[in-house]
Amino acid sequence: MIRIANGQGFWGDWLEAPVRLVEQGPIDYLALDYLAEITMSILQKQKEADPNLGYARDFPPLIARIQRRLVEREIKVIANAGGVNPIACAREVRRLAPSLKVAVVLGDDVFGRMDAFLAAGHAMKNMDTGEPLSTIRDRILSANAYIGAFPLAEALALGADVVIAGRCTDTALSLAPMIHRFGWQPEEWDKLAAGTIAGHIVECGAQCTGGNCQVDWQSIPDMANIGYPIIEAEPDGRFNITKHEGTGGRVSVDVVKEQLLYELGDPKNYITPDCVADFTSIQLRDAGPDRVQVSGIRGAPRPEMLKLSIAYSYGWKAIGTLVYSAPQALEKSKAADRIVRERLDQLGLKFEEIYTEFFGVNACHGPVAVPNPDPPEVQLRIGVRGQDRKAIDRFTRELIPLVLSGPPTGTGFGDGRPPVREVVAYWPALIPRELIQTTVEVVK
Amino acid sequence: MKIPLSRIAHARSGDKGDTSNIGVIAFDARHYPVLAREVTGERVKQFFGEMVKGDVERYDLPNLGALNFLLHEALGGGGTLSLRIDAQGKTLGAALLRMEIEVSESELGS
Repeated sequence: MIRIANGQGFWGDWLEAPVRLVEQGPIDYLALDYLAEITMSILQKQKEADPNLGYARDFPPLIARIQRRLVEREIKVIANAGGVNPIACAREVRRLAPSLKVAVVLGDDVFGRMDAFLAAGHAMKNMDTGEPLSTIRDRILSANAYIGAFPLAEALALGADVVIAGRCTDTALSLAPMIHRFGWQPEEWDKLAAGTIAGHIVECGAQCTGGNCQVDWQSIPDMANIGYPIIEAEPDGRFNITKHEGTGGRVSVDVVKEQLLYELGDPKNYITPDCVADFTSIQLRDAGPDRVQVSGIRGAPRPEMLKLSIAYSYGWKAIGTLVYSAPQALEKSKAADRIVRERLDQLGLKFEEIYTEFFGVNACHGPVAVPNPDPPEVQLRIGVRGQDRKAIDRFTRELIPLVLSGPPTGTGFGDGRPPVREVVAYWPALIPRELIQTTVEVVK
Repeated sequence: MKIPLSRIAHARSGDKGDTSNIGVIAFDARHYPVLAREVTGERVKQFFGEMVKGDVERYDLPNLGALNFLLHEALGGGGTLSLRIDAQGKTLGAALLRMEIEVSESELGS
């Protein structure tokens, strides 16, 4: 049996979680997930400004902080912290933790290959809308193929203490140690599916140990010290989900079910570069306090196409807010919204969308929110999006004047004008897998 | 009799682009047939009304006593495009649990 922990569900997750995982009990592997779909484009811009950047900057200091424990306890780290510059990330890790052997997985970054792909007849149509990539070709900010667990396992086989990848799937981070230690082969679909589903359960960190859980949430103990998840993996594909003893949170069948369904599409066809996993084959069993056994998982052959994560510049947006108090807080907010829209209209400004929410009344649940006829206060929240930056900028100046020139009791403008933000959009597409060749390098 | 879905099920929701997914899970596996009968894709679409512009697809996971709903065009463009505070649909599962379903005393058990 091997223990694989996940200490980071996204870039920005609890900084103490991975430190506690290496301190509070046994683990063999520490998986850390840093990349959301849009993160790559931000990293690409950082790399363009400075060729030594373009990776998750939280990662090297973390490794420096836990390096002694990693060595003492022979814990290996697998992370997609490399972003668009895994080698620079590895060099920084080596600088801060010179005793560790660091390997990088390369080959996912296809930003420089877009024109060659298009010229070879790969349309890379948007999987959601069907539009061809040529419509946004000049606005692409980053492009990466999702790679699977086998190249990561290859890096572990080289004896790396720290494996740094770019855009690999989140589930590959946990599956890789199983492939490496159990010798799983590329056609053992059931086992690969089991490891993939284990990875899916832990990829959002504490969301499978009691975080964001609806079942009896008030009774979940000591969430301030919540334990992050650990997979206890067996060579035959069975595994347990658990957490370290003495930590907060809860691992139960209900909790694991919630996470299994999180961000799930067709449950029979959970497609990864390594296999297609069938969520309708999963059997769960309570295996003691804070321990759930998972078994029965079936898989199917891996796809011929890999998914591309392409980010492109879409336009601009801004979201402004004002607060109105009772009495008639909602009516005042609605009146203010009408005034803003009328003034924008008079200026002849055009937006792709203007969207208004009344925070405290209907912002989260929209038309199905429980009616709140006389709330003590309401936050008016108006958002605009469009291609014309000047129009968005002008919008940001139209809210605060209402404090003096609109309905009474307007307040909550202390932060000043809202910022204009660039909208970077995500373009999912497919590419034949034979075009994506990965390599593994030990970084000296 | 009519009960809110929250009496027999819990839920978690998230996003994939402009599609929100809601996993609805029976607390007790014996109530799964009630879920499967009462909580159809059509009813979920009707419940959310103008909030969901596209179709609602349902997938069944009887092994987990659960249903997975995909609510298309439900997040104001989704991801970074959305102007909503809940651009990821994190709260839509909790909203759906207020939907009323029809169930008999014997189905509900005690």
